[in-house]
Amino acid sequence: MKQGQFEQLYQPLWHVMELEIIELEKPDGRLKGNELANFASRYRRLCHFHALAKDRNYSSHLVDKLGDLVVRGHQQLYRRKQPFMQQLTRFIVAGFPRLVRAQQRYIWWATALLYVPGLLMFLAILWQPDLVYTITAPEQVSSFESMYDPDNRTLGSARESDTNVQMFGFYIRNNISVAFRTFASGILFGVGSIFFLIYNGLLMGAVAGHLTNAEFTQTFFSFVVGHCSFELTAIVIAGAAGLKLGYALLAPGNLTRTESLKRASFIAIQLVYGVIIMLVIAAFIEAFWSSNNILMPWQKYLVGGFLWVLVIGYLVFSGRDLRTDAVDKKPTEKSEAAQG
Amino acid sequence: MLLDTRHSIETPEGALLPLTPAGFGVRALAQLLDIMIRYSIILVVATLLTLLGGMGTGIALILMFVCEWFYPVYFEVARQGRTPGKKWMGIRVVNDDGTPITFGPSLLRNLLRFVDFLPMLYLTGIIASLCNRQFKRLGDLAAGSMVIYEAPPAREPSFEVRGQLPVPADFSTDEQRALLGFAERSKYLSAERQSELATILLPVIGSKDPVIAIKQMANTMVGKH
Repeated sequence: MKQGQFEQLYQPLWHVMELEIIELEKPDGRLKGNELANFASRYRRLCHFHALAKDRNYSSHLVDKLGDLVVRGHQQLYRRKQPFMQQLTRFIVAGFPRLVRAQQRYIWWATALLYVPGLLMFLAILWQPDLVYTITAPEQVSSFESMYDPDNRTLGSARESDTNVQMFGFYIRNNISVAFRTFASGILFGVGSIFFLIYNGLLMGAVAGHLTNAEFTQTFFSFVVGHCSFELTAIVIAGAAGLKLGYALLAPGNLTRTESLKRASFIAIQLVYGVIIMLVIAAFIEAFWSSNNILMPWQKYLVGGFLWVLVIGYLVFSGRDLRTDAVDKKPTEKSEAAQG
Repeated sequence: MLLDTRHSIETPEGALLPLTPAGFGVRALAQLLDIMIRYSIILVVATLLTLLGGMGTGIALILMFVCEWFYPVYFEVARQGRTPGKKWMGIRVVNDDGTPITFGPSLLRNLLRFVDFLPMLYLTGIIASLCNRQFKRLGDLAAGSMVIYEAPPAREPSFEVRGQLPVPADFSTDEQRALLGFAERSKYLSAERQSELATILLPVIGSKDPVIAIKQMANTMVGKH
């Protein structure tokens, strides 16, 4: 068949297809009834036309035009739309804690990388106070001091509420960015995540040690105890997700490194979703609860302890007794097998 | 063809999706545009919000955070893989199986942007993208995504020559395509270059004016008169 005939005969068909695709590509475009029902079979015919045109060596302008329609049709036919809220609840209740448990060996490593240097630094500074300057600049040290100096606190009055919102914004931006960097730099064979975990651990230990020496323990620990459960755990999980990326590149097993990285990323990014949620909660507590001076320190310690139990209990137990979903479980198993 | 960067993906329908990966040049320009848009938004809104005191500053900081990390994610997911800068440059992001990019991969590739940027100006990303055929930076490798060119709208061919001439029967399909390609691209070539190229075929075609002869053969192939 000559190209001219072919075009004349079938052009109406792919013209209809083109209009439908253009409609679907609009932000809220949708097809109705018959059009929708026939979309898939029309798309298959389009693929057929494209293959024929290519096989018969028709002009490349026609082949390219059909090829373009095939690409765009493919995009529309295979796009995924799922109910968002349902997925989110499912993820929070079961998906995330299960994932954390499945990846626990990275979690343990990340925990060690954050807390061991932190603890050592803390003890070192108790023993040798000047060591604080090895990790932080003197100006930073004095700003920490003034922040937690009990004399600077106007007792019995809470901070202005709009300052709280300001600090909430600050914590969101700062902490989540730190977590994102800790995660992302893990792709450099894990080195970046290890660096950020150790560095944050050291910083944390240094500040805690220094303020203990300065005897500001009451203001400091009663401030951090509220949100640290969520915040530190989230940083640990972000680091663990980064370590997973790095490990997938270092030890890909029977896969190519690219494939191994791709599979590890699929899991790691889900851990990051959970990290975001946890850090938003942490920022909320930090801005609106931890800063509240009306509360007695013992109330804060009590609630802080409760939140630690809550976070750990959630990660250890949540979603255990729900029926295991084949779809949920599969990717984790596959990757574990790949690592082993 | 061997020389072009085209990358074909086979779909369940057995069709081959022709995708043309976009290199770092055009992507850098797109990114530059996006940065300008992003920071103009932040500048305007932050200036207005900070006038409202602490509350406004807090909201402005959240907005900056969202703009820094989620601006590309939003547009890639909601606008068929095109951020405004990418749309402007005629490129978009897809999963490397040709399907539209979804939230997870998009978030991943944009978080890893931080690493691709290191040590400066996307050096890591550029090196990574030069090491594979689909120009994937690290973020794309991890997320299984790639940036492709939008196909420009195809136009009706016109070879500026009337009449038909039969194509020699012993021309292989590739050779026929080459003739067609010559005719379609001839409007971008000077007359001298056209005849220079066409003269190569003189012994095979044996016509007085090979340029016109080839275009007439092309007419035959596309069924025009």
